[in-house]
Amino acid sequence: MSARTAYTNARVIDPARGLDAPGGVLTRGGRIEDTGADLFAGGVPEDAERVDCGGAWLVPGLVDMGALVGEPGREHQETIHSAGRAAAAGGTTAVACLPNTDPVIDNEAALEFVARRARETKLVKLHAHGAITRGCEGRDLTEMGLLSEAGAVGFTEGLHALADPGMMRRALSYATAFGVTVAQRPEEPSLASGSMNGGERATRLGLGGRSRHAEAMTVERDVRLVRMTGGRYHAGPITCRESLAVIRAAKADGLPVTCATAPPYLALTEAAVGDYRTFAKVAPPLRGEADRAAVAGAVADGTIDAVASDHNPQDQDAKRLPFESAAFGIAGLETRLALTLDLVNAGTLSPDGLVRRLALDPARILGLNAGTLAPDAPADLAVIDADPRWVIDPDAFLSKCKNAPFDDRPARGRVHRTVVDGRPIHRAADDGIAA
Amino acid sequence: MTAAPHGDPRLAGMRHLLAIAGMTREQVEGLLDLADVYVDHSRAAGRKISRLAGRTVVNLFFESSTRTRTSFELATQRLGGDVINMEVSWSSVKKGETLIDTAMTLNAMHPDALVVRAPDSGAVQLLSEKVTSAVLNGGDGAHEHPTQALLDAVTIRRRRGTLHGLRVAICGDIAHSRVARSNIHLLTLVGAEVRVIAPPTLLPTGIEAMGVEAYTDMRAGLTGCDIVMMLRLQTERMQGSHVPSIREYFRFYGLDHAKLAAAKPDALIMHPGPMNRGVEIDTVVADDIDRSLIREQVEMGVAVRMAVLDVLAGGPAEAAA
Repeated sequence: MSARTAYTNARVIDPARGLDAPGGVLTRGGRIEDTGADLFAGGVPEDAERVDCGGAWLVPGLVDMGALVGEPGREHQETIHSAGRAAAAGGTTAVACLPNTDPVIDNEAALEFVARRARETKLVKLHAHGAITRGCEGRDLTEMGLLSEAGAVGFTEGLHALADPGMMRRALSYATAFGVTVAQRPEEPSLASGSMNGGERATRLGLGGRSRHAEAMTVERDVRLVRMTGGRYHAGPITCRESLAVIRAAKADGLPVTCATAPPYLALTEAAVGDYRTFAKVAPPLRGEADRAAVAGAVADGTIDAVASDHNPQDQDAKRLPFESAAFGIAGLETRLALTLDLVNAGTLSPDGLVRRLALDPARILGLNAGTLAPDAPADLAVIDADPRWVIDPDAFLSKCKNAPFDDRPARGRVHRTVVDGRPIHRAADDGIAA
Repeated sequence: MTAAPHGDPRLAGMRHLLAIAGMTREQVEGLLDLADVYVDHSRAAGRKISRLAGRTVVNLFFESSTRTRTSFELATQRLGGDVINMEVSWSSVKKGETLIDTAMTLNAMHPDALVVRAPDSGAVQLLSEKVTSAVLNGGDGAHEHPTQALLDAVTIRRRRGTLHGLRVAICGDIAHSRVARSNIHLLTLVGAEVRVIAPPTLLPTGIEAMGVEAYTDMRAGLTGCDIVMMLRLQTERMQGSHVPSIREYFRFYGLDHAKLAAAKPDALIMHPGPMNRGVEIDTVVADDIDRSLIREQVEMGVAVRMAVLDVLAGGPAEAAA
């Protein structure tokens, strides 16, 4: 008989079942046995270990649909182990990594390597996107059929866009045979060649700009290709108003289009670049306040389906360079929840919406059996106390990389416990949970 | 020597064979009936026919071909005609009006029939407008290959007795296949139910408007089929441009016994050749003598081409016995 655990005295939020009420969750082994408002009204089962959540939120384990993990090939920046610990600290139980490893995840062996390392590491569930083209070189399609049978959760070129429209058309079209999603980081590379948001600030700093239109036109073009092929398409991170208008229209027409953004675009504007601050260098770039507000609004209204970490670990050397030479990328695994919680604390987003954006919808887009506390679902969950105030300190990140422009930023809400398949993989030192 | 068959009024008005599209059901059935006659003639050793006696057929091939050209060559010889083979490189033809120049030059030599294969869709028809002889399309680009469809139809009809009501699946590179297009026209014309099965990258837009059902899942597409026609996948499309790899193509679209199990238990397998074993078809299936009609198709090819040459270039109908 598998061990049972009773999570009691919680605010259970499970949007898949329209649940947001005081209650609890009972797990048995790696599965959820039951979830509900009055679950323990008759008392906790005798054989169950009791975890008193102290009134904290009990939510489905968060799902991160886009993070770069450095393994294989960039282990000095991030390993599956360090990424797993960092993600768990942010309440995340499943991560879908990008294929831009070395070698690229464009074949079954690479996919199986990641799966095997994740199993050995026993932290978060690590899923992988396959590359759309071999070596992410934009020329030859990968074996999407075989890769999806081997567990690829989607296909993307990862850190850059698939620029060629003919290739994108073929990818979207081919993907329909296997019902898989083609994901795009939408920035037309021939226009997005600069190092920060195009506009006045880039001009004053003497930096090359990346126009918002380079993003919007790629989304526009891809949506056109979706109309043509019927392929399932996901765009992200989305950072500007024009892209949102295109996505809204596509969704209104019932097209199989979804999108995501990332916390930096909710939390910061291009002002963070300040005086050539390379930690704020990211692609797509941080935009202006109107775009930031629009993106936050779209997260709240559901135009944006998911908030992914867009974790892109860089070592100090890659960032300690003149702005234009420095690498793109922000570490994001540990701050995804806290920065999205800001929207809840600001009254923009409901707790239910937060769970949708961080767990339910990404799970749905990736086709994972996750994102819900429904009976018989895997016992992947997080206990989150939305109240405590703290200050973000990148030096304290569990991730190997500290490249984040959030130092000294006040935050609110901490993860007490992260559980995967019934196993706690993260416990806050001061979680105060009576075990 | 006997100046035999033809004399079929259904075929009286035919001047060229450019495409199955536009033909009547009567014309198709007339050609199939005549091909049946020539199958028997060919099988009877020593039987000589003189329908093309004193006539000249020119095989004008702008694209290399062994099977189709040889088949037309043999058909001409069996009908007692003379045949000349011309292989012209398409790259030289592309530089200007040379296609028409070549046609005019040949026309001045008064051949009785021109069998033309060209890599550009529509090129054979263009040529036919410039010459006085009969023109037989030996395959133009991705447009049509009418004698292939006719020989496939004869092959099926001899095995199944009829084409009407059969469920036929055409599988593979539909987008670039003239064989597929000719077969779709012919089979739908005679009342067969036609399905096409291909990865989405090899399914041309609007194919359903040609009266077929399109499938990207091979098992679903093969369900309940009487006939499974496999198409050749060109090497240049196997390496990532349309299909990621041979391995993946074979896994999802190669005909093996596991996928064939979805078709009717007595479903027959066809292939226009040459086959890529291990790409679109498993060797075991290709060589399954109970199921595979592939060698029979080659035999029917000669008979069908005899029938067409007879009708288009043979002596006057009243000379028929």
